[in-house]
Amino acid sequence: MRVTVAEDAVLMREGLVALLERFGHTVVAAVGDAPALLGAVRHERPDLVLTDVRMPAGDDDSGLRAAVTLRTDDPTLPVLVLSQYVQPVAAEALLDTGGGTGIGYLLKDRVADVTGFAAAAAQVAGGGTVLDPEVVHQLVRRRRDPVSRLSPREREVLDLMAQGRSNGEIAELLVLSGAAVSKHVRSLFTKLDLPAEAGGHRRVLAVLAWLRSGGPG
Amino acid sequence: MRIATAWQAMDQRPLRFLLTAWPWRSLAYLITGAALGVVVVGVFAVPSAGLVLGGVPLAVSTAVLLVAATIAVGPLLAVLERHRIRLVDEPLPAPSRPPGSRWRAPSTWREIGFALLSATGLAGLDACVLGCSFVLPVLLFGSPADDPAAWPLVIVGVLLLVAAPWTITAWAGARAALTRTVLGPRGTELGAGLADVATTRARLVGAFETERARIERDLHDGAQQRLVAVGVSLGLARLDVDDNSAPAARLDDAREQLGLALGELRDLIRGLDPRMLADHGLAAAVTEQARRCPVPVEADLRLPDRLPPEIASTAYFVLTEALTNIARHSGAGAASVSGRSHADQVILEIRDDGRGGADPAAGSGLDGLAERVALAGGRFRLSSPAGGPTLLRVELPCG
Repeated sequence: MRVTVAEDAVLMREGLVALLERFGHTVVAAVGDAPALLGAVRHERPDLVLTDVRMPAGDDDSGLRAAVTLRTDDPTLPVLVLSQYVQPVAAEALLDTGGGTGIGYLLKDRVADVTGFAAAAAQVAGGGTVLDPEVVHQLVRRRRDPVSRLSPREREVLDLMAQGRSNGEIAELLVLSGAAVSKHVRSLFTKLDLPAEAGGHRRVLAVLAWLRSGGPG
Repeated sequence: MRIATAWQAMDQRPLRFLLTAWPWRSLAYLITGAALGVVVVGVFAVPSAGLVLGGVPLAVSTAVLLVAATIAVGPLLAVLERHRIRLVDEPLPAPSRPPGSRWRAPSTWREIGFALLSATGLAGLDACVLGCSFVLPVLLFGSPADDPAAWPLVIVGVLLLVAAPWTITAWAGARAALTRTVLGPRGTELGAGLADVATTRARLVGAFETERARIERDLHDGAQQRLVAVGVSLGLARLDVDDNSAPAARLDDAREQLGLALGELRDLIRGLDPRMLADHGLAAAVTEQARRCPVPVEADLRLPDRLPPEIASTAYFVLTEALTNIARHSGAGAASVSGRSHADQVILEIRDDGRGGADPAAGSGLDGLAERVALAGGRFRLSSPAGGPTLLRVELPCG
């Protein structure tokens, strides 16, 4: 796919370009600030926008604002944002655009896990939602009270589900049978009062929407 | 705790205090206060009589004399009051006045006003308290002699006499506190030296903040970026290596180490990271920290959005450090954080239901905390009995 990369640190930008190319994608533009990113996207119409939250470094979150602008203009444009540290506020601002599909919010450190990162980029480009486990943890923790009704196992399943994992993947990660995972999913959907028939991506959004309805704090 | 005032003595050990010198010192304080009043009123009463009895010229001249005398005597009485206060309170330094500015300095006029108040109203109250404590009981003891049915008054007398040490100390403490408030130095009167210390401290805090922000930025933009880039290179190299070869195992090991290093760096930056603070304010930053804490924390912060930056960052530091301590050492199952703002103070309270026994001297994060609070001119108090619960209370000035 065709990707636009915006990252002000040269070293990091080169790393991202090398990584994407290694996985067979084409980097159509690699820029270092928000205005250049907006220009490049208008010009190139990429399949995926990959941007740093802060550009230039140590400044404000102009990268995030550019991402929100792009999404508001074109809600179908897949955008993956990289952040130094978790800001649920920023993740939520993004999720509010275009119904939360084709959105990714990851910590910069995750890029070091190249295969995982490439998979996440592909998932976002395909219209999926990828949230950093840290963000999910914080969303889950925010809902401590209702979540406390869940068994530890169910909480693990919820955590992974919010990250967009399928039942099969969850089964593999938690070393459970597929049937056991389905049972956990069913029971936690019942406990959280969620529509059980939602599948695939809609399921992630349902879970995220529920987590976010806890409101800040 | 060192006992420095009569009030503290009474408050700390209400019964043992009877065996100390404090009740006697309070008594001496009131007797000298009342006596001073008698002397001053006596001295002033003679010319005042002239005012009333003499003709107009005499009245005018005595009035002028009286005003002059008051102005002259005021500062003298203030000196006496500052000496007397040592009976029941800590020494009271005189306000520093630049030479030659005696009659322009507000402290001089405070002294004159207080001298008048002290020698009249307050001396009268001294006499009343002494009377209630000693004279009235004696009169009550004598009442059954006139009327046998009045014996319950004897009980009242006994009670008054028994309560006398506390009554006397209570009023002596109140009077000393009032004296300290009016005659004590304020603001710039504390002297140039102290103002210097305060500005140095503010400069220190400012420098500390700047330095911290710089370190945090450098770590984000330097070390962290580099490490991630190295991680990418390692990851890409790993893809080109056969899974069962020796380099693959070494590469995996290197990547694992790198992951740990990045995690540590993240935690380190998080500890220094006032960025969240700058972006979203203290309440949001602390709520965020509370959410990260492995122990469930209830955060209730009602603080103004616009705190002075050095106070906000100190408060943030205190709260994050306290939460870290709770997570590491307390074994608590629940904790709570509250922040309130009063006129010129921010008050933070952090509680946990852990095992207690926290000791700033034991080299946990608490000594650093206490230092940081002192640097901001605040007050740090800790109650942590063995077995818990622990309460940490920090008061920060923000006037």
